Amino acid sequence: MTKLLRPLLVLFVLLLAAPAVQAQFYQTPGPTSPTSKEEVQLYQTPDGKLSGRVSIPDAKLGVLVQPEGREWREFRMVWLKIIAGALILGPIAALAIFYLIRGTIRIQGGRSGRPVLRFSGMDRFAHWTTAVSFLLMALTGLILTFGRMLLIPLIGHPNFTMLAEASKYMHNFFSVPFVLGLLMIFVLWVRDNIPEKADLVWLKTLGGVLNKSGEHPEAGRFNAGQKGVFWAVVFGGFALSLTGFLLMMPFAVTGIGGMQILHVAHGVVAALMIALIIGHIYIGTIGMEGAFDAMGSGVVDENWAKDHHRRWYEEQLRNGRANEDERLRHHAAE
Amino acid sequence: MARMKFLCDAERCIECNACVTACKNEHDIPWGINRRRVITLKDGVPGERSISMACMHCNDPPCAAVCPVDCFYQTADGVVLHSKDLCIGCGYCFYACPFGAPQYPQATNFGGRGKMDKCTFCTGGPEADNTMEEYQKYGTNRLAEGKLPLCAEMCSTRALMAGDGDVLADIYKERTVRRGYGSGAWGWSTAYGQNDRGDAFSPGREGTGGS
Repeated sequence: MTKLLRPLLVLFVLLLAAPAVQAQFYQTPGPTSPTSKEEVQLYQTPDGKLSGRVSIPDAKLGVLVQPEGREWREFRMVWLKIIAGALILGPIAALAIFYLIRGTIRIQGGRSGRPVLRFSGMDRFAHWTTAVSFLLMALTGLILTFGRMLLIPLIGHPNFTMLAEASKYMHNFFSVPFVLGLLMIFVLWVRDNIPEKADLVWLKTLGGVLNKSGEHPEAGRFNAGQKGVFWAVVFGGFALSLTGFLLMMPFAVTGIGGMQILHVAHGVVAALMIALIIGHIYIGTIGMEGAFDAMGSGVVDENWAKDHHRRWYEEQLRNGRANEDERLRHHAAE
Repeated sequence: MARMKFLCDAERCIECNACVTACKNEHDIPWGINRRRVITLKDGVPGERSISMACMHCNDPPCAAVCPVDCFYQTADGVVLHSKDLCIGCGYCFYACPFGAPQYPQATNFGGRGKMDKCTFCTGGPEADNTMEEYQKYGTNRLAEGKLPLCAEMCSTRALMAGDGDVLADIYKERTVRRGYGSGAWGWSTAYGQNDRGDAFSPGREGTGGS
């Protein structure tokens, strides 16, 4: 009995499955079949991203068509150049005009000749580690972005490839000191960069920068503008490091769409950071007398400290780190 | 002058991967690099299709546009080639390519992708035809010998075709009329649908990718 039942059962299952099998025979001519070559649709209407299965051990190759590449191309070829170009040339032009109008911001009453320690060796090491790495990465990043347009016509393809390859390696490897410097900066200076009430006054008067008489709103170790730079560098630097390291490990975390978004984010944040740092370099060098000493020798002039960071200067006095009387006596003895 | 194209007839592809194997063998492609691969859509459900995909040698190649070192060029046959001497392995072409064609060998240090490798339409590279240098960098140059790409020549069901785009389109249309169905030439609208600039020998015609 069971011997007879089994084939019957199989036949029954097969019959039940027949419609499903039939459904797979979709490759049959129907009423919509083309009757002449002209009716054949060669070009499918372009549709969205198409993914399937591949038998090779590289899952990202399962993407058959990714039209998003077009938008990324548009960003890389057009928008990135406009954004980065504007954010570099814009601030430079604005600062040049500002310099012509305002000139160097002088120390009120000139230099006193009495030094106040502003940044320790550790502070300056952290600053310059970050600064040098950032400048090198900005330069190499700009070479990779604008080099084809600006440098290939000048130096030719083989030379530019050497330059671009060196730029790529430098861009990758200088990320390590950049992140170390960034961490040091954060640890060393975060407690002096907490926003406070006095910052509002500073922001309202823009730090007295437009005031020719040289009056400055009171500020602690860092004024509101410096605090802004600090937090922009911390958050911007963190964003650049995160997107940069993910770009260095392609497809480790995300797929092709994610890689494109990472590149866009990296490019836009980098352009913003370059604009910020152009302003930072200006005010730290030709923009303000005596400002470079803070990061150069680490020691600022007493009058500079009184001008720009009165509250901080008074704290230093109280803590005996800038003893005016003692120094005066010292000078008198000379 | 022909405008070289690939056409994969998804109604015929049986996912045998002979094209993939032929390509790997012909050009001595190292492990981890896939100039051609077969993708199966709707795997295991009604409407399943397999398509053999490699570089489509687009009219307006996105890879060539985004390359920071400008290492790509297009031959008079419309084949998109690149110079491995100029490539820096940045990976931008992979982000821009709609078909995932560019491949990179694994390099030892972090962030160090090797020089990009992709389908050459069996046309080698900028080096002199059929020299050992060209073979080592780009594989064989069958076109210079008057032969078509091996993947298509190898295809047992003639699903994958390579050659002059107009001839391929004609064959495909005739097939479709005879059998009464067809889902179009995969990737053609993306690769050849627009930005048709033709070439010096035959100015482009709309929607054909030149002649």
